[in-house]
Amino acid sequence: MSDQLTPAAPEAAKPDADTGGKPRLRLTGQMIIQEIVEGGPVVITILAVFLALVISALLIVFSDPNVIHAWGDFFSAPGNAISMTWHSIATAYSALFEGSIFSPATIGAAFHGGSIAAIFYPLSLTAFEATPLILTGLSVAIAFRAGLFNIGASGQFVGGACVAAWIGFAVHLPVVIHIVACVLGALVGGAILGWIVGELKARTGAHEVIITIMLNYVMYNLLNFLLSSTNFLQQPGQSNQIAPPIQQNATFPHVGGPPPQANVGFLVALAAVAGVAWLLSRSTIGFQFRTVGANPRAARSAGMSVERSWALVMLISGGLAGLAASTIIQGGGPPPPLNPNTYGTYGFDGITVALLGRARPVGVLLAGLLFGALQAGGTVMQAATTPQVPVDIVEVIQGLIVLFVAAPPLIRAIFRLRAARGAGLEAVAKGWNG
Amino acid sequence: MKLELRGITKRFGGLVANDSIDLVVQPGEIKALLGENGAGKSTLMNVLYGLMQPDEGEILVDDSPIRIRSPKDAINAGIGMVHQHFMLVPVFTVAENVTLGTEEVRSFRIPALRFGSWSIPARSVSTFGLLDRRRARKDVLELSERYGLAIDPDAYVEDLPVGVQQRVEIIKALLRNASVLVLDEPTAVLTPHEAEDLFRIMRELRAGGRSIIFISHKLKEVQAIADTITIIRRGKVVGERPPSTSDSELAALMVGRSVQLRVSKDQAKPGEVRLAVGDLSVPADHGGTAIEQMSFEVRGGEILGIAGVQGNGQTELCEALMGLLPSTGSVLLDGKDISHLSTKERLRAGIGYIPEDRQEDGLVGDFSVAENLILDVFDRPPFASGISMDLNAIRQSATTQVADYDVRTTSVQTHAGTLSGGNQQKVILAREISRNNTVLLASQPTRGLDVGSIEFVHKQIVAQRDSGVAVVIVSSELDEIYALSDRIAVMYEGKIVGYAAPDVPEAELGLMMAGASATAAHTVAEGQSPADLAAAGLTTAAAVADAISEASTPGEESGNE
Repeated sequence: MSDQLTPAAPEAAKPDADTGGKPRLRLTGQMIIQEIVEGGPVVITILAVFLALVISALLIVFSDPNVIHAWGDFFSAPGNAISMTWHSIATAYSALFEGSIFSPATIGAAFHGGSIAAIFYPLSLTAFEATPLILTGLSVAIAFRAGLFNIGASGQFVGGACVAAWIGFAVHLPVVIHIVACVLGALVGGAILGWIVGELKARTGAHEVIITIMLNYVMYNLLNFLLSSTNFLQQPGQSNQIAPPIQQNATFPHVGGPPPQANVGFLVALAAVAGVAWLLSRSTIGFQFRTVGANPRAARSAGMSVERSWALVMLISGGLAGLAASTIIQGGGPPPPLNPNTYGTYGFDGITVALLGRARPVGVLLAGLLFGALQAGGTVMQAATTPQVPVDIVEVIQGLIVLFVAAPPLIRAIFRLRAARGAGLEAVAKGWNG
Repeated sequence: MKLELRGITKRFGGLVANDSIDLVVQPGEIKALLGENGAGKSTLMNVLYGLMQPDEGEILVDDSPIRIRSPKDAINAGIGMVHQHFMLVPVFTVAENVTLGTEEVRSFRIPALRFGSWSIPARSVSTFGLLDRRRARKDVLELSERYGLAIDPDAYVEDLPVGVQQRVEIIKALLRNASVLVLDEPTAVLTPHEAEDLFRIMRELRAGGRSIIFISHKLKEVQAIADTITIIRRGKVVGERPPSTSDSELAALMVGRSVQLRVSKDQAKPGEVRLAVGDLSVPADHGGTAIEQMSFEVRGGEILGIAGVQGNGQTELCEALMGLLPSTGSVLLDGKDISHLSTKERLRAGIGYIPEDRQEDGLVGDFSVAENLILDVFDRPPFASGISMDLNAIRQSATTQVADYDVRTTSVQTHAGTLSGGNQQKVILAREISRNNTVLLASQPTRGLDVGSIEFVHKQIVAQRDSGVAVVIVSSELDEIYALSDRIAVMYEGKIVGYAAPDVPEAELGLMMAGASATAAHTVAEGQSPADLAAAGLTTAAAVADAISEASTPGEESGNE
C-alpha cells in the first residue's frame, strides 16, 4: 500500500481516544516525563498521598489550641504564629515517620551500646500492620481483575479465622507442622466461602456484590454463635465470646525484638504477592481471569469458560482473605484469641488497598505498606504530641488518599496536569457490571 | 440555508486531522462526505457541531461568519446532527425523547374563584413544570406524516428497531428547526432495507428545502443518494465529483491508489463435504425458534455465502455452530459430530471463527495485540506448558503475524482497542486463520471497514478457500455476498429459503431475502404477474404476497437513481 494510506487514521478518527494525536514513538526519558506531565496512575497516586497529607496537616493545626491562639496574636507576633504552625505539623508528621519508618535517635542509641534491632523496630511494626492489609488487598484485587467485586473479604476472613483458630487450639501437632496446618486451614476456610460466591454467580447469575454482602452478615453472626458455645469455639469457663488461645506451636515465630513485630506472616504475604503476580501475568489461569474481566463475551467466543473462571477466582480470592486471618490468629505475639472483634475492618480496608494499588499485586503491596505505615506511625504520633493528635487522623489521611486516587480528574485539576490517557479506576470499576 | 466551511484546520499535537478544508453546502442539497475511517470526516463534523474548536478557518451561514462554540450554538444556527450512536433514553417514549432539552411546559389556567364577596381572578400559571406531552406528540405526528417517517410518538424507544430510532433522532433535529442535517455514517447500523427507507426520507427532506451532509465510506450509497460528493483523504479535500463518477475512480480518490473492488478469484474446486449441518434448531430468547430445522453442507474449497437481512437468525446460527448457544440437531465436521462439544473443543476441532461484532466478541480492547493474537490458543504449546505461559514465544509469534497480516500497529504491545477497525479485524483474521482449520466461519467480516481493508480481508478469505478450507460467510451486505460466494444460501426467518448461483440478479436475491423461494423470486423478477404464479402453483400465497410487497420498495428506489 502506498504511504498515503497508512493510517494516521485511527487517531484522526478518535482524537479523544487514549493515544489521540500524539506521536507514538518516544524515547524512554520522554515517556517518563510524559507520564509525570500527564499524570499517569503512579504520579496520581503520589500526588494523592501528598495532597492527603497537606489537608490532614490543616486538621492537625486547627485541632491544636496553642496554634489557634498564636494566630489570634498574628499581628503582634506573626513569626510566632508561623513557627508554632510549623512546629505543630512537624512534630506530628515526624512522629508519624519515626513510628513507621525509622527514628534517628535509635542510631545514636545503637552507638552507645543500645540495640541495633531497635533501628528496625518501626519498619518491623509497619510490616506487621501491613501484613493482613496486603492479603485482603490481594483478595479484592484478583477478583477485580476477573471483573468481580468481592465485598466479602471480611466474611471470608472470618471463615479463615474460625478454621485457623480451631486447628490452633484444639489440635496437637509438632511446631512447624502446626503452623502450616493452621495457615492451610485458614486458606481453605476462606476459599470455601469465596467459592460458594463464585459458584452461585456462575450457576444462577446472582450478583456477587449482593451475595458477598449478605454472606458477611452470615459469617459475623455465625462467629458469634460459634463463640457462644463451648461445644464449638468458646473458651471453657468463659462467659464472654472468646475462643481459647492458640497453642504456642501454632504461633508465627518473630523476627526478633519485642512483639508486636513482623513475623512469618509478613513472609506469607510477600509470597502471596509474588504468587498472585505470577498467576496474573504468567499463567494461563490468570490470562483467563484477565480476559473474563476485560471482556467476558470475547472470552466466551474464544472458548474460555467464564463461569469456571468466576468460581476459580473467587476460590482464590477467598483463600487470600483466609490467609489474612491466619496472620492475625497466629501472629502478634502472643496473638489475641479469636473474638467477635478479630475481623475488624481488614476486609473492607482490603477494598481500599486494592483500589489504591490499582488491582496490581505490586501496587497492592505498596498500598498495604503505606497503610501499614500510617497505622504504625499513628500510634506513635498520638503519644508524641501534646496536645495529642488523635490516631484517627490516620484514618482521615487514608480516606483522603483513596478519595483523591478515585478521582484522577480532581488531582489533575488541582495540579493543573494535562488531561491524560484514561485508564485509572475505570478498569477496576467494571466489576459492577459483572 | 447555505452553509460554508472555509479553510478549517484542526490539529491534534503533531497530527493534522483537518488540513484547510473547504466545503459548501447549498440549500436543498445532499452533500456526501466520502472518506476512509480516520480521514477526518468526523473531526470536521465535530468542529461544525461545536464539539471541537478549529485551529484555523471559519464557518459561514448564508455568507455571514458565525462562531460555534457548543452544540447549542450549532442548533441555534440551524445545524442538526444525528450521531452514529444515538442519544436517546431507551425507557422514554418517542415524544418524551424529542422534548428532552427543550421541554415544552404547558401553562395552567386557574379559573376565577369566588367566595361570597371575596374573589381570586382567573390566571395562567406556567411554573408548575408539567410537560406538554400533548404538544410533543402532535409535533412528532406532524413531522412523521410530512416526511413519511412512520413513527408512533407513544412507542418506547427501547422497543423500536435501530432504523426507527435513527428517525427519532432525525425528528429531534427537525423539531429544533435544523436546516442543515448532518448524518454521521447513518447506514452503518442499518439493514439494506432500512437504508433504503432512510434514503427515501433524505429525499423527502431535500424536497422540503433542507440540506443534508451525508458522511459515509460506502461508494454505492454516496452514488445513490448524493447530489455532489466531496472526497476527503488524510484530512484534505482531494476532490469533488458528481454522483455519476465510477466506483473505481471514487475508491482511488478515497484510498490514494487504485483498489480492487472485487477480489479476483478462480473458479472454485469443491472437494469433499467438510461441514454438514443437519436439522439445526435454536430456540429464540423469548420463546419460538430463531433457527428452525436448518440443514446445509459446505465442501472444502468453496465459499458458501449466507445472505439475509440482519435479524433473520444469522447471529444465532453462528453462535449455535460455535457452541455459544444451545441447539439441537447435528453438526458434522469432516464426518465427526461436534454438536455436543464446547466452544473450546469446537475451535480445537478446526473451526476458525470471525464473530459478527469484533469489538464485543472478537477482541479484548484493553489487551495488547500480542495477547489478542493468542486469545483462543493461549493454553497450548508453544504459548504455554502446563499453566505457565511463554511470553517470549507469544511476542515472537505476534511479531511474525503482525508482519504477515499487515497489521498497522506501533508494536505488538499496543492495546488492540486503539487500532482502527481494519487493523482490529486483521488481528482477528490472523488469529483465526493461522490455525489449521477445516472450516472458516466468518460473520460480517468487513462490516464498517474501509475499502483497503475490505480488499485485504477478502483476499485472505479466498486464499483460505483455495487451500481447501470450507468457508461460510454470513453477511447482510449484498456486495460482499457477490464478491465472495461460490454458492449463495438465503436465510429468512431462521430458515434457508433457497440457494442461488453467484450470478443471480440482485433483484432476485432481494426477493429471496424477503422470503420468496428461489423459483418464485425468479419468476417475479422475470416480470410475471402474481396471478401467473398462483396459476402455476409455484409457491405459497404468503410468499408471493411478501415477495411482491418487498419487491416494490427496493426496486422502485434503485429505479429512481
